[in-house]
Amino acid sequence: MVMENKALRYALIGVSVLFLTLMLILPLIVVVSEALAKGWHTYVAAITDPFAQKAMWLTFEATLTAVIANTVFGLAAAWTLTKFSFRGKNLLSSLIDLPFAISPVIAGLVFVMTFGRISYLHPFLQSQHLAIVFAAPGIILATIFVTFPFVAREIIPMMNAQGRDEEEAATTMGASAWTIFRRITLPNIKWGLLYGVILCTARAMGEFGAVSVVSGHIRGKTNTLPLHIEILYNEYNFTAAFAVASILVILAIVVLVLRNIVEWRTKREKEV
Amino acid sequence: MAGRKHIIPGFRFTMGLTLFYLALIVLIPMASLVLKGSGMGWEKFWAAALDPRTLHSYYVSFGCAFAAAIINGFFGLILAWVLVRYEFPGKKIMDGLIDLPFALPTAVAGIALTSLYSENGWIGQILYSLGVQSAFSLFGITVALVFIGIPFVARSIQPVLEELDGQYEEAARLLGAGRWTIFRRIIFPELLSPLLTGFGLAFARGVGEYGSVVFIAGNMPYKTEIAPLMIMSKLEQYDYYSAAAIALIMLVLSFVILFGINLWQWRLNRVRGI
Repeated sequence: MVMENKALRYALIGVSVLFLTLMLILPLIVVVSEALAKGWHTYVAAITDPFAQKAMWLTFEATLTAVIANTVFGLAAAWTLTKFSFRGKNLLSSLIDLPFAISPVIAGLVFVMTFGRISYLHPFLQSQHLAIVFAAPGIILATIFVTFPFVAREIIPMMNAQGRDEEEAATTMGASAWTIFRRITLPNIKWGLLYGVILCTARAMGEFGAVSVVSGHIRGKTNTLPLHIEILYNEYNFTAAFAVASILVILAIVVLVLRNIVEWRTKREKEV
Repeated sequence: MAGRKHIIPGFRFTMGLTLFYLALIVLIPMASLVLKGSGMGWEKFWAAALDPRTLHSYYVSFGCAFAAAIINGFFGLILAWVLVRYEFPGKKIMDGLIDLPFALPTAVAGIALTSLYSENGWIGQILYSLGVQSAFSLFGITVALVFIGIPFVARSIQPVLEELDGQYEEAARLLGAGRWTIFRRIIFPELLSPLLTGFGLAFARGVGEYGSVVFIAGNMPYKTEIAPLMIMSKLEQYDYYSAAAIALIMLVLSFVILFGINLWQWRLNRVRGI
């Protein structure tokens, strides 16, 4: 390796530290400082407010549904894409990644087009008194869309790298699909799977644009935490907005720590 | 079922489930956007998609996303370099912190950045006194998009830099090449492909970004309105068709740009014989 110039090294480290402090650490500090600007009581009042509590509940519901649905899908898609050869594999794989390339606002819009006022389904939905757009189901669908590829993307490369030999051997010995999955595949991919689930959770609980389009902003009914923050902020209720935001900051830090633990375990297992 | 190709069981079930779920969540909704957008007739479509105020919003979204992706390309390269090549206290924390924009909800980032960069904010105070209007301006939008895009470039370059074989650098040094020449002629060409990947990802994310931008943008017509916001405001006026038209233009533009980057990368790899 090339001998490094000391001055250059300190300059580059300095630039990196300065950049990350300005861009990442200061925003976190400002959230906490603004949240506590009017004291502890105002903070507690803001996060125990009934509307905030309802928003928390809907965020939890949408996140849980999205994570479960996308995990089941991710496992099925990874199994299909890595254990078999068939035509159109690349196309299928690109289609799964499609939601990554789409603006969250457009992700919300597609559901308004499918279920909203100008949709072909609208007369039917109305006759059945089913509300999807501007109601909780729309929020859940939009959250699922935005986090669609997260789990699949993490485990597909892992399963590809592992190949099919072990599974094929188990099949010849007469194991069922479920047994093969549980006893051979799952132990091999468990850290990648967990990592995908963590990423999916982080994105699902924080989704704003897509959910904002389909929510219709009905307070206490179709608000998630990020939407509740927006409403408080637009009402110039900054302290309350930052107080609710601080909950999401804490969750984000938990996600980062978990992510790093998982990454560290994966590395360690590779070395062993 | 299945000849030699499908030894392992479960093909029909997993394939069926994958296709069903993909159709339900992604394909049918996307198709209805395309159908509604194209079913309105060319004249109406172009009138909605190319209205001057909307045109300006594409310019803001694509321009700021481009600027932010360039800035992230520069700092992402430095960050990856520092994290792979140097040892220093706090490196682990720095490495973990880079992913914060993935984990932090965009709305939270949006209000935090607005508070920092507005006239009375910690950073805004300094910038405003220097004559830079750092919030409610294109500058502010770019700041938000830089925040959102930080992890993409750094995370694309890091693994490639880690795998890079030190022999060539060593050989070049023995042959008398200077540090800058080694970087420019030996290291950088290897990093160009992941740099492009990261740039493309950051750019695509920036074009569509909404949550972190709306608060700091100020949303002034013909000045700081972004394209996703135009979709939003058309929807609020119940003008569903115009919203669909703008969305389709954005999708086509983004795909063309991503395709271009992929093509460039493909040529790069072919020339280098990878």
